[in-house]
Amino acid sequence: MVKNSFCMNFLSRSANEGFSRAVVSAFASQLDPTLEEINDIKTAVSEAVTNCIVHAYGDDGGKIYISAELYEDNTIKIKIRDKGKGIENVSQAMEPLFTTVGGERAGLGFAVMMSFMDSVKVRSTIGKGTSITMIKKLRHRFSVNG
Amino acid sequence: MAVKINVTGEVVTAYLTGELDHHTAKEMREAVDNAVELNMPSLLVLDFSGISFMDSSGIGLVMGRYRNLQKTGAALHISGASPTIYKVLKLAGIEKLAKLEGDKQNG
Repeated sequence: MVKNSFCMNFLSRSANEGFSRAVVSAFASQLDPTLEEINDIKTAVSEAVTNCIVHAYGDDGGKIYISAELYEDNTIKIKIRDKGKGIENVSQAMEPLFTTVGGERAGLGFAVMMSFMDSVKVRSTIGKGTSITMIKKLRHRFSVNG
Repeated sequence: MAVKINVTGEVVTAYLTGELDHHTAKEMREAVDNAVELNMPSLLVLDFSGISFMDSSGIGLVMGRYRNLQKTGAALHISGASPTIYKVLKLAGIEKLAKLEGDKQNG
């Protein structure tokens, strides 16, 4: 059962990478996470949002949509979506060290997401965009009020 | 300034501060690269003790500096990596490219 949820959208600007992970981690703090758990969530969100900015939109820009839900069993589900160019081959994109931009990008964004979250699902349609749904169950019980 | 540079003999130490992500990495790597180009060190130390957050952009920064240093034969060390930072770095096997000083990763 969903105990709390939020959604937001913001422009595809690199300055919003820090903003978006701060918002999600503040929301997740209702689950009384450990420092390691909150860092895992922040890092995974940062990777997903950076993918939207660098790969989905590039110089074109657009909006990034984030929604998150907290569940009674101490699980958080985070969905990060763009309406950018889409991923041609999702399996290939999720392979460690694969990158289409080269340079200083390590190609480890999905590897970080999969390592730091319990579940990562990617749906993408060329020309329509990509959505990443990540789930993590936190160790500590909590109480979400309101 | 997100990077403070210290030069001692042939050692350049870059003290990185703040959050290291795709947004901030460009400024950091330019500061480090300028210091390396100017001083031609035999050892570059990237100090992460002032980094409060890092995603895979930090891996890119380390790997990029490692590639650049290979051209001159200089070594690369990493210091001050907290367990959180180390958790990200080890995903790329960074310890095979750079010596980890201080060994905070288990602390």
